[in-house]
Amino acid sequence: MTTTAFPTTTLPAGAGDFFALTKPRVMRSVVFTALCGMLAAPVQLPFTLAFTAILAIALAAGSAGALNQWYESDIDALMKRTAKRPLPAGKMERETALQFGVALGVFSVLLMGLAIGLIAAGLLAVSILFYVLVYTVGLKRRTPQNIVIGGAAGAFPPLIGWVAATGSLSTLPLLMFAIIFLWTPPHSWALALLIRDDYAKGGVPMLPVVASAATTRWQMLFYAVLMAAAAVAPWPLGLAGATYGLIATLTSLVFVGLTAWVVVQRAETTPAMKAERVLFVYSIGYILAIFATLAFDRLTA
Amino acid sequence: MTPDPLPHSDLVRKRQRSRALVLALILGAFVILVFAISIAKIKAGMPH
Repeated sequence: MTTTAFPTTTLPAGAGDFFALTKPRVMRSVVFTALCGMLAAPVQLPFTLAFTAILAIALAAGSAGALNQWYESDIDALMKRTAKRPLPAGKMERETALQFGVALGVFSVLLMGLAIGLIAAGLLAVSILFYVLVYTVGLKRRTPQNIVIGGAAGAFPPLIGWVAATGSLSTLPLLMFAIIFLWTPPHSWALALLIRDDYAKGGVPMLPVVASAATTRWQMLFYAVLMAAAAVAPWPLGLAGATYGLIATLTSLVFVGLTAWVVVQRAETTPAMKAERVLFVYSIGYILAIFATLAFDRLTA
Repeated sequence: MTPDPLPHSDLVRKRQRSRALVLALILGAFVILVFAISIAKIKAGMPH
């Protein structure tokens, strides 16, 4: 980590700055997938405990986001996409962000332990530590495979949601984990192709920065095909019904088709990258649709 | 005509007050949540 001079903070950070530090948009998708994992489980928790488990998962995601921003504030200051975050914008002291992130993380794990149990709390702690230590500190600045391995961090929430409800693991939550894990590379690299210059300016070795766009596009297709297989798998395995199977098959085929469209592109500059833009937007809708359908299918089975 | 901006010390006090208020609300919500968790666990017959 390098030292970057930020604008001097003269006012204590406001509530909005703390909220921004938790990466609320990421937190929203974490809550959604965790809720789907919980709803897909064969055991339903009492409402209060389910609410507390989801709250703990949301707070853990907020903690990971805050600690990520604390560690990456030097990179964030260099990138257009992140320059307005509280730390690079000089709205908050770095020490405050660190204290907030650690306190939120410890609190979320204790809350999960109190309401649900040790296994769910342990998994929650592992997910925070994985995102912060393995992805943020260990991988992000060192390897173009950062988001491939780091994608596991984003895949934890449905697993934790399921474990919170059942107290154990089985095939379906592991498949849910695999879907997000394999979805992350094509999703993140579609964005990385669009803002490659921004990542290069921040010195982040994303795959499109260190390899050609063509290499990135082929790797995206590789993961998209694996992801499609994981997404459809619950149907033939008898873990989900025909409604899920048909929707998963159709939406996954579209995902792979859009990725194949990306592969045949030759564009190197952002304004011409329509296929990448379409895939990026579709990938967000796709993951929400897959998880919502799976939860609905299991609830109505 | 725009109103005079608040003096710096007043702005600091205002921020501190709003942060203290948010923290108080969070602590209050936490107390209620712990109570609700205990009741839910008792009802569900879970160890608490």
